[in-house]
Amino acid sequence: MIHNKTISELSRGLAAGEYSSVELTTHFLKRIENLDSNYNSYITVTAEQALNEAQAADARRAAGNATPWTGVPFAHKDIFCTQGVRTTCGSRMLENFIPPYDSTVAANFKQHGAVCLGKTNMDEFAMGSSNETSYYGRVTNPWGTDLVPGGSSGGSAAAVAARLAPGATATDTGGSIRQPAALCGLTGIKPTYGRVSRLGMIAFASSLDQGGTLTRTAEDSAMMLNVMASYDPKDSTCIDRDVPDYTATLNQSLKGLKIGLPAEFFSEHLDPEMQTQVQNAIRELEKLGATLKEIRLPHSHLSVPAYYVIAPAECSANLSRFDGVRYGYRCDNPQDLQDLYLRSRSEGFGDEVKRRILIGTYALSAGYYDAYYRKAQQVRRLIKQDFDNAFGEVDIIAGPTSPSPAFAFGSKGNDPVKMYLEDIFTISTNLAGLPGMSVPAGMIGGLPIGMQLIGNYFDEARLLNAGHQFQQVTDWHTKAPSGIDA
Amino acid sequence: MQWETVIGLEVHVQLATKTKIFSGSSTAFGAEPNTQASAVDLAMPGMLPVLNEEALKMAIKFGLAIDAHINEKSVFERKNYFYPDLPKGYQTTQSELPIVGAGHIDIQLADGSSKRVRIHHAHLEEDAGKSLHEDFHGMSGIDLNRAGTPLIEIVSEPDMSNAEEAVAFARKLHTIVTSLGICDGEMSQGSMRFDVNVSVRPVGESKLGTRTETKNLNSFRFMERAIKLEVERQIDVLEDGGKINQETRLYDGDKDISRAMRSKEEANDYRYFPCPDLLPVLIDSSYIDAIRATLPELPDARKLRFVEQYGLSDYDAGILSADAGIAALFEATTAKSTDAKLSANWIMGEFSARLNSEEKTAKNSPINAEQLGQLILRIKDNSISSAGAKKVFDALWTEEGHDVDAIIDAKGLKQVSDTGALEKIVDEVLAGMTAQIEQYRATDEAKRKKLLGGFMGPLMKASKGQGNPKLFTEILVKKLDG
Repeated sequence: MIHNKTISELSRGLAAGEYSSVELTTHFLKRIENLDSNYNSYITVTAEQALNEAQAADARRAAGNATPWTGVPFAHKDIFCTQGVRTTCGSRMLENFIPPYDSTVAANFKQHGAVCLGKTNMDEFAMGSSNETSYYGRVTNPWGTDLVPGGSSGGSAAAVAARLAPGATATDTGGSIRQPAALCGLTGIKPTYGRVSRLGMIAFASSLDQGGTLTRTAEDSAMMLNVMASYDPKDSTCIDRDVPDYTATLNQSLKGLKIGLPAEFFSEHLDPEMQTQVQNAIRELEKLGATLKEIRLPHSHLSVPAYYVIAPAECSANLSRFDGVRYGYRCDNPQDLQDLYLRSRSEGFGDEVKRRILIGTYALSAGYYDAYYRKAQQVRRLIKQDFDNAFGEVDIIAGPTSPSPAFAFGSKGNDPVKMYLEDIFTISTNLAGLPGMSVPAGMIGGLPIGMQLIGNYFDEARLLNAGHQFQQVTDWHTKAPSGIDA
Repeated sequence: MQWETVIGLEVHVQLATKTKIFSGSSTAFGAEPNTQASAVDLAMPGMLPVLNEEALKMAIKFGLAIDAHINEKSVFERKNYFYPDLPKGYQTTQSELPIVGAGHIDIQLADGSSKRVRIHHAHLEEDAGKSLHEDFHGMSGIDLNRAGTPLIEIVSEPDMSNAEEAVAFARKLHTIVTSLGICDGEMSQGSMRFDVNVSVRPVGESKLGTRTETKNLNSFRFMERAIKLEVERQIDVLEDGGKINQETRLYDGDKDISRAMRSKEEANDYRYFPCPDLLPVLIDSSYIDAIRATLPELPDARKLRFVEQYGLSDYDAGILSADAGIAALFEATTAKSTDAKLSANWIMGEFSARLNSEEKTAKNSPINAEQLGQLILRIKDNSISSAGAKKVFDALWTEEGHDVDAIIDAKGLKQVSDTGALEKIVDEVLAGMTAQIEQYRATDEAKRKKLLGGFMGPLMKASKGQGNPKLFTEILVKKLDG
């Protein structure tokens, strides 16, 4: 069936005239309509707009100036602002917010003539690892009705895994692309910090947030990154550097590729089954000509505590603009200014968001700043130094993406720290600003798991090359949850 | 007890950039509310700041002008507090690493001596919007046109000892920033706002007293009053055995009273931290040197040049060099009139008096240097008397006419300097004043001069005001003294 095709296959099919974008788009919209009640992966479906875009794409193709993305449907994580289309960030705060502008990422897709099917569900303001914090309801992992899809990009992951979109944008602040990719059997890349513009991407933690991909294959992620990556002078942290064609180097040989295996990622704490599966996957890379080397990332045990100071600190300021004054949720009948602030924010934000605002506010308070925020920034530099040292010896680093496969709803509900540990392997790359990717690398108990590949700065092409070569000799990425008609 | 006053200033200077510090919106004053507020200024979700390099350059210019250290690395931070006219819920400012480090400004005191006021630092930041509390029926209106206007905040050391020194410092600062062209200097539009920190202590005491901060003073006069009032208040409290609370105060210029706004205990914890949306600003010495090369002449240098080049007194040079507009007018007028002293007198006298009484600046005055220079030329070549010159000046100012010579003709102000014609008038007038002539001749030579006025009146009348008074006097004295 058409929905099982990858983005690159759909792109070729459109080019060959096997189907029109309108047909393709109609097919996906029907699937969403019929099936998404099982997953709740979309917050907003933009059927009418998608069909208009599909028509325009078909016309553009007929006029002879199609790009590989022209007419290809996809979905946006509901964190990317889309002009004229409600953008909620998973929060009640933005339930009725319709941006009068496009994020740079959304504008890039439009420029290529891609067709946006809708906006996917997510943890509120991207804060969560299970998609249980969304105001618009939890998202179900297509691999099991009682399982979380991971978070925060859980809606994007579930939509792609359930074949309700061939690919979706996502964002990653501490693992929000890679962990849901692992839990839903997908490929996803978080690029180097500064590679994808953050303009119009609603901020959680500005120094850590980075837009990226959720697709079924590394090749699709390469295609997607070709569109997403750009230099944007309106984002001061975006880096002015040429964007390579990420698909051009997918077929390079891995001969001589030096892969580092951090001892800290394969400690006795790692689930033995996970250990075996990831080791097996790494052996496949070795068979392709890569060499393996044990390395040390001695400060990696500090990454979760450092992250849970820095990210909340930044979020406490980033979320201050949601005050009920200019846009977004405003409480009924505010009595005075204090009441307006208090109730608008109390009613508009969910518990996890409030928890992080409080943590961040505390960490930045007079008398605590040095002990928390400044110390965390020092740790952050040490973590970056660890990676700099490691990349003196190896080309990429490999390890598990998450500690375990998808877990059941509510299983970590009462213990935020347990939930925070979901990102123990992914957070350090955000702190260092490095690119990280997750590829399907095995199954445990019938559920997918991911292998994480971490690259040096701006080495996305090498990660995608390794992922693609891995997917030429393995079939984990082709596994589909049951109930997806072939 | 004898008390001494210690004053430090924090000055907010709006920079004269075309666009805001972090967005492309216009900074023009006086537009309809919220018509100059973009998505960035409104802090819409996902919007990001981009530093306006012009603002950075202006801050560096200021630093160079006060001989300050320019920091090669400066960092923007977030100052967190909630207020409706602060859309992001934080102000983007600099704290730990400001762009301008320590410098100094020299001020002239009333006794002619000069005093050095140290500048602690100056940093870049964004202005907030405005809350409008009237006309909204129990609600407040928010105008975000001003939100994001670039400011430098200049923080002085507590080096001033009275209101006069503080005002001299403020005026000097005004002169510097307007000369640099980095601020329009329009105080009534809030382009410069002063926060004054005041404390008093017994003379001889080395420990500083508890200070209060009076915020947002936007005229030199209010500043002077606010300081004097606060010094009196503090001394009264202390002499009554009370204690000064560290607090923020507001001064109401219309009522000439001040009141406490919030105490130290109520002060916000602003939770400063580096803004992750903006990278540290890194500049090198060649960048600074390139800006240094664009610096205009500054008031202190200009004053020295005026003394040397035009032979002005220190006092005159000081007044004429202080304001860039006045200085330029003086130089252009002198170029035309070829008489620096006369040009200086006219500009410091008649011209400045008119500017002050009508609250105008040199730039928007109705008389230009060409006209003023021409007028002075006509005084010098005896075409008009100084009384006539004032009439011409008045006609120029009220724009009754634009050409000096045409006004002189139209008003019949041209002086008669033909000695033959004047002599004839003198003879005719003296013929009818024999009594006065006898009295004159009977008076001591030393006291005769006083009596000349009695003849001048009828002479001027007879010449219809057009006779050259100087020549009249010469002829008259010759005839009377016989």
